[in-house]
Amino acid sequence: MTDTLDGWEIVIGLEVHCELATKTKLFCGCANVFGDEPNTNICPVCLGLPGSLPVVNEKAVELALRLGQALHCTAKRGVFARKNYFYPDMPKDYQISQYDQPTNVDGWLDLPSGTRVGIERAHIEEDTGKNTHVGGDGRIHGADYSLIDYNRAGVPLVEIVSRPDLRGSEQAREYVGELRDILIATDVSDARMEEGSMRVDANVSVRRVGDNAYGTRCEIKNLNSLRSLGRAVEYEARRQVDLIAAGERVHQETRHWDEAAGRTRSGRSKEEAEDYRYFQEPDLVPLEPEDALLAELVATMPPLPADRRARLAGATGAEPTDSTVVIAVARGLDELALAAVDAGGDPGRVLTHVENNLAVQGAASIDPTAFATLTRMEIEGALTATQAKTVLAELVNGATDPAVVAAAKGFEAMDTSALETAVDDVLAANPDVWERFAGGDGKAGGFLTGQVMKATNGKADGKAVNAILQRRKGAAAR
Amino acid sequence: MPPISRDDVLHVAKLARLDLTDAELELFTPQLAAVIEHAADVEALDVADVPPTAHPYPLRNVLRPDELRPGVDREEVLAMAPDVEDGRFRVPPILGDEP
Amino acid sequence: MTFARDVATTVRSGARTARDVVDEHLARIEERDPELHAFNLVLADEARAEADAVDERVRRGEYPGPLAGVPVALKDNFCTRGVPTTCSSKILEGWRPPYDATVVTRLRKAGAVIIGKTNLDEFAMGSSTENSAFGPTRNPHDPTRVPGGSSGGSAAAVAADFAPLAFGSDTGGSIRQPAALCGVVGMKPTYGLVSRYGLVAFASSLDQIGPFATTVADAALAFETIAGHDPCDTTSIPEQVPSVTETLDEGVDGLRIGVISEFLEADGLAPDVAAKVRDAADALERAGAKVEDASVPSTIYGLSAYYLIAPAEASSNLARYDGVRYGLRVDAPTTADMNAATRTAGFGAEVKRRIMLGTYALSAGYYDAYYGKALRVRTLILRDFERAYESFDLLLGPTAPATAFPFGAKADPLAMYLNDVFTIPSNLAGHPAVSLPFGTGDDGLPVGVQVLAPALAEASMFRAAAALEAAT
Repeated sequence: MTDTLDGWEIVIGLEVHCELATKTKLFCGCANVFGDEPNTNICPVCLGLPGSLPVVNEKAVELALRLGQALHCTAKRGVFARKNYFYPDMPKDYQISQYDQPTNVDGWLDLPSGTRVGIERAHIEEDTGKNTHVGGDGRIHGADYSLIDYNRAGVPLVEIVSRPDLRGSEQAREYVGELRDILIATDVSDARMEEGSMRVDANVSVRRVGDNAYGTRCEIKNLNSLRSLGRAVEYEARRQVDLIAAGERVHQETRHWDEAAGRTRSGRSKEEAEDYRYFQEPDLVPLEPEDALLAELVATMPPLPADRRARLAGATGAEPTDSTVVIAVARGLDELALAAVDAGGDPGRVLTHVENNLAVQGAASIDPTAFATLTRMEIEGALTATQAKTVLAELVNGATDPAVVAAAKGFEAMDTSALETAVDDVLAANPDVWERFAGGDGKAGGFLTGQVMKATNGKADGKAVNAILQRRKGAAAR
Repeated sequence: MPPISRDDVLHVAKLARLDLTDAELELFTPQLAAVIEHAADVEALDVADVPPTAHPYPLRNVLRPDELRPGVDREEVLAMAPDVEDGRFRVPPILGDEP
Repeated sequence: MTFARDVATTVRSGARTARDVVDEHLARIEERDPELHAFNLVLADEARAEADAVDERVRRGEYPGPLAGVPVALKDNFCTRGVPTTCSSKILEGWRPPYDATVVTRLRKAGAVIIGKTNLDEFAMGSSTENSAFGPTRNPHDPTRVPGGSSGGSAAAVAADFAPLAFGSDTGGSIRQPAALCGVVGMKPTYGLVSRYGLVAFASSLDQIGPFATTVADAALAFETIAGHDPCDTTSIPEQVPSVTETLDEGVDGLRIGVISEFLEADGLAPDVAAKVRDAADALERAGAKVEDASVPSTIYGLSAYYLIAPAEASSNLARYDGVRYGLRVDAPTTADMNAATRTAGFGAEVKRRIMLGTYALSAGYYDAYYGKALRVRTLILRDFERAYESFDLLLGPTAPATAFPFGAKADPLAMYLNDVFTIPSNLAGHPAVSLPFGTGDDGLPVGVQVLAPALAEASMFRAAAALEAAT
């Protein structure tokens, strides 16, 4: 789907919650782990028992600041605030979060495809426990009762709020993918949507292309994968466009994505708009980011995906937004590609192979010099593209000398005159097809090439055959 | 500001998950109104350029190391719970989603 | 009256057993507490076992601690592991915390013997202990009258010699005012000097734990024992605790003491109480202090600011009582209904009033006018105190507007709130203050006078209190 729909622009802002990769929870020394027996990682603090008090985990602050720096945010004085509402997975019936003074503000993230997305804020807050609904079909509506596990209560989160700079479902998916890669690269979070360590809520609105004002947005929750995100955005955009086209208005509300039904549903009851009554958390004190720490975070920042794309592009003469570059980095094969180019490999062939032929296990451990040699063999015509692919597969399996592999497989380039003879034989055997090809039928050319390949048992190089066919065609035209 | 009304009292009671009988509403509304009205002396002050004090003592950056600490025994906690099943706290159906 | 210092000394020396001390106090409790109801729970067996353990340490030649064998009573909003901690509320009736408050741990380590949990106004909200869900406490000086609140049980326990030391919490005066009404010493430390970990929260930026005692020296010893940084409390001050017992008897020569004129001119101040404050001022002057009038103008807004800030924080702190994880649960078809049914049945009227007040002060559209503004008024009060402390080392004033009043006399909430006008400003400022008995009113009931000090100035505060005590 493109980023417009029948003349409507799909405007998206994303709120992403990520669990931080700390050993312990945000405000207490309970373990921050996924999957333990229910209520085995609890204490008076994360259970919110009467008399308990929170104390901030210094590692959580460090990770939040590191993430902020990776997103080009300004680190600010952070003040914790209470967000007050009743819900049984919240032990204190308020959540300690940050409200008007978040730790990180005003950053940005570049999508691999090039668009810059503004990041309004990335603030620190605590996670809630987990509800399991029993009876009904496991969903909240129609349940007989619910069971609550507080192992997750108090796990540190960073909530990253983007500006509404995303257009369409593709960009939304790209953004989340890029964010995930950044989170993993910086060791801030393992960002597993399927485990809930990264959760995405999408704010979606539509407006006519060319319009400057924003339409009414709806917040979509319960997106458990990139695929759900994409589908939900597309569904919601269509729903809103249809509403407006029918002369109705979009109501600002929270909606839930129903994966099974493939649609969003109205969520919160509309009369009860929540009043969170935010006020500064009196049990905590402000966080002042220290220059020394910030400098250290910047100095020790690992290469981020954008940095890696830029580097690979620079080394190969491609653009950072080229799909070959994006894919190479996304697959973690940029180091290999760089090493291969460094060893004299042909940049174009390297990138092409990475994109088309190396989506396999073990690709990253190919010997870069062998890879480089392989691409040079191709360029020099010693191997066809198809043959190179086969040799490459052997390199993945551990072979280290492409020349040896090629010889073992009997790959030699055909000499030119033998090739020309092979082509002429096929032309003679297929006069009607030849006539059609000479008359401009491209498909006929494909058939002829195929016949040559067959006749030579695959030894002919497809490009060379084409070149000969074109010459014959040119000669016939004269 | 207008004096606190019956509707205001009902509204905050609802926010605070408190059910009030009519008698209580009759009793509480003027009592709360009296306190709010007494606070009118504060309301009337012009303190726009006085910064708020959320905390009497100016501490900053109070942090703890990211180290495991013993928690509480699950059984001891569950023994105090009104209703438990499968090691988890059991509650009646929750209508409405997490805000 | 028994003195904590004496008990500790004799127990440590072996001249008397801790068991003997605790038995003596338990006997007095058994005799008179049915009338007074200072205790929600008397821990007779546990106290005897603790006393025996202290005696054992003494026998083995191990140092049993600065409060060895001293029976102490704890306000029933201090978490005591495995022992019911009710906050005098139906919503926590029977709840046993799985952990001890830091102060409780420190007291145990000091060799103190916890003799019982004392009665309070529900969730520490009140000035008379009439708001307890389990019945009021009676003033030992006159059982037809209130002991003050919210720590009425602890104040009465010391006044009735049920224990030489008791501990309470002070958010707007809840230690000092009952101390005044019961004729004992009651002290609120600098905010942050005593850990709040394990104190069931009422208003987080105002709550502090402090001691009740019959003498200033005992109160000073108790304060030193419980004070000090706690890593479990973020608001705990990292600074060294001021040593107060050593300098206690140094007198007040040269100390500049200001009598707060706004307090003495306050509308509701009873003339006999005012007279006692002036007597105290004279006594300090005779003892060598320089005493003059002082002004802390913004304190007149203290009551209003407090009754916006405290309920606001309380409304949030008390949200956790929802019937899900502990305490009372009243069943209902949905969780939301269950929350409401539970809280409605479990909370008393005053608690409900303050929760609603606080919710209102924080709610959308009202935050700036109420809570937001009250925080700025708090700054004004702090600044006025700072200015006053440029000219004075300590300040002096009444603790409560009058002597103990009869049960039911202050049914109107606002009338009850006025009890706190002189104590509230110190909570808002986070400053220490102590109330000590100074004579009686026209009705023969105890009067308390209050010494106020800037943050961390407990040493000079206690010195002045000791000098005043010597003058009575």
